[in-house]
Order: sequence, then structure tokens, then C-alpha cells
Amino acid sequence: MKSDHHVILRVVTKTLIPIIFLYALYVQFHGDSGPGGGFQAGVIVAVAVILYALIFGVPAAMRAIPPVFTRSLAAVGVLLYAGVGFWALLQGGQYLEYQALFQEEPGGHHGQHVGIILIELGVLFGVSGAMLTIFYAFAGRVAEIRDEDW
Amino acid sequence: MMDILLNAAPRWALLHAPVLLVMMPLFLAPVLALVPNGRIAWLVSIFATAASLFFALILLGQVQASPVGVVSYDIGNWPMPIGIVFRVDALNAMILLLVSAVGVLATIFSWPTVVAEINKQKHALFYSAFLVCFAGLCGVAITGDAFNLFVFLEISSISTYVLVALGAGRDRRALPAAFNYLIMGTIGASFYIIGVGFLYAATGTLNIADIASQLPSLAGNRSVEAGFAFIVIGLGLKAAMWPLHSWLPNAYSYSPSFVTMFLSATATKVALYALIRFLFTVFRPEFAFEQASFTFILMPLGLAAMISCSFQAVFQTDVRRTLAYSSVAQVGYMILGVSIGSIAGLSAGLFHLLNHAMIKGALFMAVGGVVLTYQGTTIRDFAGLGRSAPWTMTGFAIAALSLIGVPLTAGFQSKLQLGYALFEQGMWWAVALVVFSSFLAVIYMGRILEAIFFQAPINPRKFRKEAPILILVPLWVLALANIYFGINTEFPLGLARDAAAAAFGLEAFR
Repeated sequence: MKSDHHVILRVVTKTLIPIIFLYALYVQFHGDSGPGGGFQAGVIVAVAVILYALIFGVPAAMRAIPPVFTRSLAAVGVLLYAGVGFWALLQGGQYLEYQALFQEEPGGHHGQHVGIILIELGVLFGVSGAMLTIFYAFAGRVAEIRDEDW
Repeated sequence: MMDILLNAAPRWALLHAPVLLVMMPLFLAPVLALVPNGRIAWLVSIFATAASLFFALILLGQVQASPVGVVSYDIGNWPMPIGIVFRVDALNAMILLLVSAVGVLATIFSWPTVVAEINKQKHALFYSAFLVCFAGLCGVAITGDAFNLFVFLEISSISTYVLVALGAGRDRRALPAAFNYLIMGTIGASFYIIGVGFLYAATGTLNIADIASQLPSLAGNRSVEAGFAFIVIGLGLKAAMWPLHSWLPNAYSYSPSFVTMFLSATATKVALYALIRFLFTVFRPEFAFEQASFTFILMPLGLAAMISCSFQAVFQTDVRRTLAYSSVAQVGYMILGVSIGSIAGLSAGLFHLLNHAMIKGALFMAVGGVVLTYQGTTIRDFAGLGRSAPWTMTGFAIAALSLIGVPLTAGFQSKLQLGYALFEQGMWWAVALVVFSSFLAVIYMGRILEAIFFQAPINPRKFRKEAPILILVPLWVLALANIYFGINTEFPLGLARDAAAAAFGLEAFR
């Protein structure tokens, strides 16, 4: 794409995308003490990439973040979530029992923190990967809008 | 036999069997999505389903050995009304055994048909979706939480839509069939969750046992009655109860052979299980509105399904559509058994549920073999196959006789039990309708059997060609099971009776 017009859109987008990612991380890590969490953060991450695809074109977005990667990301998210459950099992607790992750006595909060952060990370990966896979599946089907047709 | 298994199994397997049964396939599914090789994916799927079968057997043994007949598992060690509980009694143990045993046989059967029908790049993803569907069905059957049941129902349904749509490689009509199924299935799930919302509004809890314990004090509550109506319609849609079955024939006719085989033996059965759980454990037949809905809604619908869908099956030219309509008719038998509202009726319905899974599994496996070697599913395509593929077709014929209800087959035994339960209530006219519907089954299966064994092949180039051994072995396991359980009904009938007693909340089984 020639970059002699849509300058405003491009420049604004370029400044916005890092802020969107930063906000996603804020929502992600605020999830265990306030509103937010992995699902919302995953959607916001996907929104940043979708915005990039809208302005710079789907092929450019697919070069930056290939569909194979988004699909694998979704799978890794589920693996991480289920894996925490199996970790608790291996440590001798019930499935997904965070207290058992480090075999703490009642009152220890280490396992609770690590457990919820890993779980939310799994949700982040799963949701952002799935959202982008769905977006690519739909957007990849139609022909690109040519520059002159805007 | 159960004692040997319980003694031989390691301690962790005994402790964590409920969660491992669901989470092993659900954990291996995303692993398969990352694996590029279809053959590895197939082997891993066999391993995952076999592991689930192992845990299902352990659970059955534990339930039978337990003094209260219940095994429960607190996820995350949160106790019952707060956390999600996996709760297994004789009813779920039976369904879990059915789903996982069919899952193992179906996965073994699947490889030749998947190679022939699915694009090579998608093999691993196909098995990944299958394992998600399998885990979802097991999850529906095992969970003791009404909302968690919805989540697992959606997990299995969404992967089922994908699996059905993958039949597009063979027949493009799979795409509208999958879309239709998606719309209907989503409506069903929404109705279910609306119903659960009403129950939550009335009771303030989502745990099935907790809801059940609070409902007797809420007699006459409109919100509870509305919830009941929504749940029955929603789960009825998923279980293909008669007027809500329109998604089923297309979904079964155009999806890949393996998917048809697996779904026909498990998916509607699991939805029916959920319906039974709500009809008998959560709501109770003593409630006036439930008794009315048994007499005036479920029983007429069950009878209508038996008659009208058997008639529709008679006029189909495609073998898979014949079998699909027959499936709806067989669901009618189960609904009829349930709607009697007695323990004998429910156990007859559940017994037929087990037998029908074996029958339809074997029939669709044989059809899958024919699709693979002869590329056709119309009745004309089956002409003369009795000579060119005797082993496949003999297996088909055994299952077909069982579907009709010929003595010495499993299908006969379940119709006998249904007849006993109906006579017990003095409903001889319903027995007459069951017999009439069996005559219709003689006609629609007879047409196929006549083509197979007595007609000359349409295409003389169809030389002697059996289905591959990977199809024949599971097919014959199911066909011989049909005969064995038709003679010796002790094991499945015992399971069904225990399950019916457990659904009524009685501990005095065996």
C-alpha cells in the first residue's frame, strides 16, 4: 500500500495500538483485585490487532501475527488453564486447588496468587487467540478493499 | 470383576477418577491442535478415550461399592453449594460408561473413514474437535452443577457443529445442515439456561442437589414452573424429542461417517440423560405440573415420534436418512418409557437407551464401511452387497434385526421391558402402538436388508470388497454385544434398574 494518504489514520493508529496493549495488560493484572480479568483483556488485545488489520490491511496483520500463531495461542491458553489443574493434582490436592500448588498451610496466599495469575493468563491467551482466529476466518474470505475504493 | 479393577487401580486414579475422566480428553484436545500429524492424533485420541473408559469403569465400581451410591468430587476443594461438584451416582455412571465405551470403539473405527473423507491438513484438528466434543459429553453426564452442565453442553455442541460441517468435503449439503443444527442447538441451549435462570431466581443456588432439596418447599411457585417448561423444551430440542427433531436427519445424513456414528450413539443420549436428571432428581414426578406434563405432553410426543418418524423412515431412499428418522422414533420409545413416571418405566427407557446406542452404533459403522468402499448411501447402492461384503453386511443385519426387535437380540429385550412397564399401568393401547411401530421398523429395515441380500448388484464392477479390519472389529464387537445382551440381560438391565432407582433418589438399589 502506498502511504501518501490516510496519514492521519496511520499515525493515530500507530500511537493508539501500544496504549491499547498497555490497557489490556492493566485490565489483565487488575483482574484479581478489581473489575477485569483474562476475558476482557483477551478481547482488548484482539481489538488492537484488528485495528491494525483495518488500517494496514489484513495481509499485513497476517504477516505480523500469522493465523497459525493465533490458533496455537488459543490451544496454549487452554493447555495452561488445564495444566494448572494438573499441577495441583500432582502436588496432592484436588483439581484446580490453588492452595495445594506449593503445598501451603491454610493462610498461605502464595499459591492462590500464582494460581489465579496463571489461570487468567491462560484465559488471555485462549480468548485473544480465538478472537483473532475468528476475525481472520471471516476477514480472509472477502477480497481486500482497494485503496482507491475508500 | 469390578473388585479386581478397584484393587488393581492406583490410588490417584481412585481419588481423582471423576475429574480425570473429563480433563484427560479436554487436556489432550489442545495438544492435538498443535500436533501436525493425523495418525499421531488418532492414536492419542484412542488413548484419551480408553483412559476415560478406564475411569468410567472405576467410577461404576466405586458407585456400586459405596454405601450411599454416590461419588462426589469437589473442584478446587470448594464444598458443595459454593463450588462446582462432580457428582456420580448409578445414573451418570451408566451414561459415562456408555459414552466412553462408544468413544473408544468409534475412535478405533474412525481412521479409515477420516482419511477418506477429511482433508489431510485437517486430520489433527478434526481429532482435536472430536476430543473436545467427547469431553463435553462426559462433562454433561458427570457434573452436579446446573450451570456447569450448560457450559459442557455448549462445549460439546459447538465442537459438534464443526464436526458436522467437516462433512462438506464429501457433500456440500453438510454446511446448511451444520448451520441449521447450530441455530436449533443454540435455541435449545438458550432455553435451558433461561430455565436455569428461573430456578436460580427461585432457589438462589445452581447446585443440582441443592435445588432439588429446596424445590418441595416452593410448590406452586410460578418461576419454578416456568423454569421447568424452559428446561424441558431446551433439553428436548437437544435430545431430538419429536416435533423438535428437524435438525437431526440432515445433520446425521451429511456429516462424516465417523461423526454420524459417534453422535447417533451418544449425543442425543446425553441430552436425554440431562432431561431425565431434571425430570426425576431436580423436579419430582409427585409435583402436579410434572405429572400433567408427563401425561399430556411427553407421552403423546413419544408416541407420535414412534409412529410418524417410523413412517417417514419407510419413505426414505437414503440409508443414512432412514436410520436418522429411525433414531428419532427410538428416542420416542425412550421418552415413552420416561413419561410412564414409574421406576419400571424409567428403567425400560434407560435400558433402551443403552441398547439403542449399541444398535445405531453398529448400523452406522457398517454404513461408514459402505461409504468408504462403495461411495454410496442410497438403498440402490446397497443392492447385492451381501455377496461382495458378507462380513460388513452380516454385522449390519444383526443390528438391523435388533432394531426391529427380533427375539434373542438386545432390541427385543428393551421392548419387552417397555411392554412390561406399560402393562403394569394398564396401558395396553400403548403396547399395541409399540408393536405397530416395530412393524414399521420391519418395513424400513426390511427394504434395506432385501436390497442387500436378495437383489443383484446394480453395478457389476462392484467386486468382492470388505470394509477394512479397523471398521470390522468395532462393528462386530457391537453386533455381538447386541446378541449377547439379547440373551443375557443381567448386566445392562442391572445398570438401568440401578440408574432408575438413583434417578428417583432411592438408595435401595440391588
